[in-house]
Order: sequence, then structure tokens, then C-alpha cells
Amino acid sequence: MIDLIQTYWVYFLIGQYPQGPLGGVAATVLLAALALVLAMPIGLLMGLARTSTVAALRRPVTVLAYLIRGIPLLLMVFWIYFYLPTVTGHKTDQFTTMLIALVVFDGVYLGEIVRAGIQGVPKGQYEAARALGLAHGRAMRRVILPQALRSMLPSLVNQFVSTIKATSLGYIIGLTEASFIATQINSQVFVHPTMVYLLLSLMYFILCFGLSRIALMIERRQARRDLPRPARSPGSPTASAASSA
Amino acid sequence: MPGFDLQLLLHGQYHEWLVAGLTIACALPLAIVVALLRLSPWRPLRWLGATYVEGIRNVPLIAHLLFWYFGAPELLPDAWKERLYAGSYEFVAAAIGLTLYAAAFMAENIRSGIRAIPAVQFEAARALGLGFIPAMRRVVLPQALRVTVPPLLSQVIILWNDTSVATVIGVGEMMYQAARVESAAFHSVEAFAFVTAAYLAGSLALTAVAAWIHRRWPVRTL
Repeated sequence: MIDLIQTYWVYFLIGQYPQGPLGGVAATVLLAALALVLAMPIGLLMGLARTSTVAALRRPVTVLAYLIRGIPLLLMVFWIYFYLPTVTGHKTDQFTTMLIALVVFDGVYLGEIVRAGIQGVPKGQYEAARALGLAHGRAMRRVILPQALRSMLPSLVNQFVSTIKATSLGYIIGLTEASFIATQINSQVFVHPTMVYLLLSLMYFILCFGLSRIALMIERRQARRDLPRPARSPGSPTASAASSA
Repeated sequence: MPGFDLQLLLHGQYHEWLVAGLTIACALPLAIVVALLRLSPWRPLRWLGATYVEGIRNVPLIAHLLFWYFGAPELLPDAWKERLYAGSYEFVAAAIGLTLYAAAFMAENIRSGIRAIPAVQFEAARALGLGFIPAMRRVVLPQALRVTVPPLLSQVIILWNDTSVATVIGVGEMMYQAARVESAAFHSVEAFAFVTAAYLAGSLALTAVAAWIHRRWPVRTL
């Protein structure tokens, strides 16, 4: 086992990097991070549209979210990988294919997270902002979103975990991410498949479990900070200011 | 092969149902056991349940399937191994991988459902002389089920979509057959459109069932 790790750890971490494309764990993490960052503006717009009072804005986005969540991510990957080139005229490489698919999926899920975040802010906040003379746009930007985004942070980290797990689908179209590299190593070593795949799982576990612990930590810290809120009696004069800051 | 082969895709559809059905049938009981382990009054059992859930759900499904298909048989004697790969072991490996994976998520749904039931319900049942298991089975679980069914059904939708990943180890479900049709005849649009429609039909039907159940058996609150 030590032998296996010593021979292949660099290959597993970065693939054939200086000589070839970046691969292995580094490609997995890079792909996931890039997808999540690119999906954020989409998610924000979708979340705003889904909480909008304008039905013409809310309905199509809701339908789109249901449709995309109704098909497997793998199918989306296949559509992009096999069908998109016939439209655009040139081949989409594996990394770009996975990136597009992940951005679409993350966009939809982030939209849900944003929606939950916005709906989690007490209604009085919006009403108070409007009563103070702020227009809808400003009330959203200055009052609702700053509070909503803060409470979304743990969900964002969890979405990062889901994205890291989803990058493994790149294996199927031959993207040299961690699972693909592990299979390459397995076919070179040949005699220790159990060990190779256990080590692959362990790598994912350390990455994802670590991140989900961080999410939990943030959540607990936020809960602690917000603790005084419910302790105030509803009639006390400070109650109205409770959830500001 | 004459162009677009519907037979192949329907065959894939059949395998799809087989794998999904088998997985749900096995995953649900396992998930209930794991959820009860996590709620057990005895610390080592709680720890065991937590290890199972965290260990499984922090590893992507593909890594599970690769392990069960390529990794695990290595531990068996050679003669057994050959017998395994000679049969349709990819089905068994996919069913094991998917069952263990889905059960970890379902266990969490069930656990939060049980925790949503006020503790006094359980305490009252125990005070009336019911043991841990009867109190759970007769008092807590029937109430918890109503809370749990909607998230469980969304988990089933995710499982339905996740079966597509079994194509990795060569289970002949819909994705696999679509890829075959695409590489044999380049009828990619028709093949992918068929598969997309089939997946959508499955998940939208499940969504409708979930909405109906939620109306028919609403959550009861005290």
C-alpha cells in the first residue's frame, strides 16, 4: 500500500500536468470551484425570479428548475458532449463539457438556496424598508439580500461538496479527474483494485467531510450569534431591531 | 443495425425499472435501521450509524460503483471471482452500490422525521409500558412517516436519476443503450430525446405522487 502511494501520489494529485492537461484531484477541485463561482450570478437571478411577485418572471423559471432537476446530470453531460458540437460546429472538450453541465445544475440549485435565503428573512424587514421609502430594488439590495446571503453561506459550502462529487461524472466522458486517474492507476498496477478504489474513496471523503464540517461550524457560529433573538420578549421595544445588523 | 433502434431503448427502460425497484426495496429497510441506530440511547450504536451515513454520503456514487464492481471482488477467492464476472455481476454491483448510497440519504430523512415528533410522545409511550421498539413502531414511526414521506420521495427521484450512473460499470440501463444507439448509428438526437423524455416522465410522475400524498395524508400537528 505504501508502495502504491509512493509511486502514484503525484499522478493522482495533478495528473500528467506539466506534460499534459491538469488532472487528478487538482482538476476535480478546480472544476468544482470554477463551476460554483460561475453559477453564482445565475443562481442569484433565478432565486430573485422565483421569489418575484411578477408571475411572468416566476413561472418560467420555476418550470425550468423542475425540468432540469427532473433529468440526471449525466444526461445533460451527454447532450452537451455529443449534441452541442453538431450545433456549434466544433468539438467541445471534456473539461468545458463538464463545466457547462455543472454551471447549469449549480445555477438551478443555487437558485433554490437563494430563494430559501430570501424567504428566511422575516417579512417585516422588507415591509420596513419599503415603509422607509426604499424602492423594491433598493430594499432587496440593501436590506434583504445582505441578510439572506449571510444565512446562505453553509448551504453554499454544502453545494460545493455536491459539486465536487458531481465532477466524478467526468469519468464517463474521459475527463482526467480523480476517478479517471484512479482507474488509469488501477489498470497499470492491476493487482490491487480494492486498495486503489478505497484510496480514491478516502480522498473524496477527506475533501467532502472536511468541507461539510466547515459548513456545520459556520452554521453553529451563526446560530450562536443569532441566539439572543428569540430570547427577547415579543413586546420589548428592542424586538423590532432584533434581526438588523 | 437499421438506424434508430427503439427495441434497445425499451430494453434499457426495463433494466432501469429493475435496478431502481430493487434498490428502493432494499434501501428503505436499511435506512430505517440506520436512522434508529443514530437515535439509539446507546453511544456506540449512534456512532456506528453516524459513521455509516458520513462515510457513504461524502463519497461520489461513481467511486462506490467502481469499488463494488472492480474493487470488492478482489477480496474473494479466484474461483468465486470468475463466477461473479461470468454472470451479470454489474447488476449486483450497481444494486449494492445504489442501495448503500441511497440508504445513507434516506436514513437522514427518516431521522429528521422522527426528531420532528415531540419527545413527549415517545416518553408517554414508554411510561405506558411499551419497550423501545414497540414505542417506536406503534407510536413514533406512524407519525414520523407523514413528515418523512415528502423528503423520502424527493430522495427516490434523485435515486431514479442516479441509476443513470450505473452505465459506468456497464449496466444496460437507458443511458447505456442511448450511448450504444448514438455510437452505432449517430442517431444521437432521437436516442437522447427518448431517454430525456423517459427520465422526465419518471421524475415528474414521482413529483405528482409526492404532492398527492402530501394532500391526502397531511402532517398532523398537536
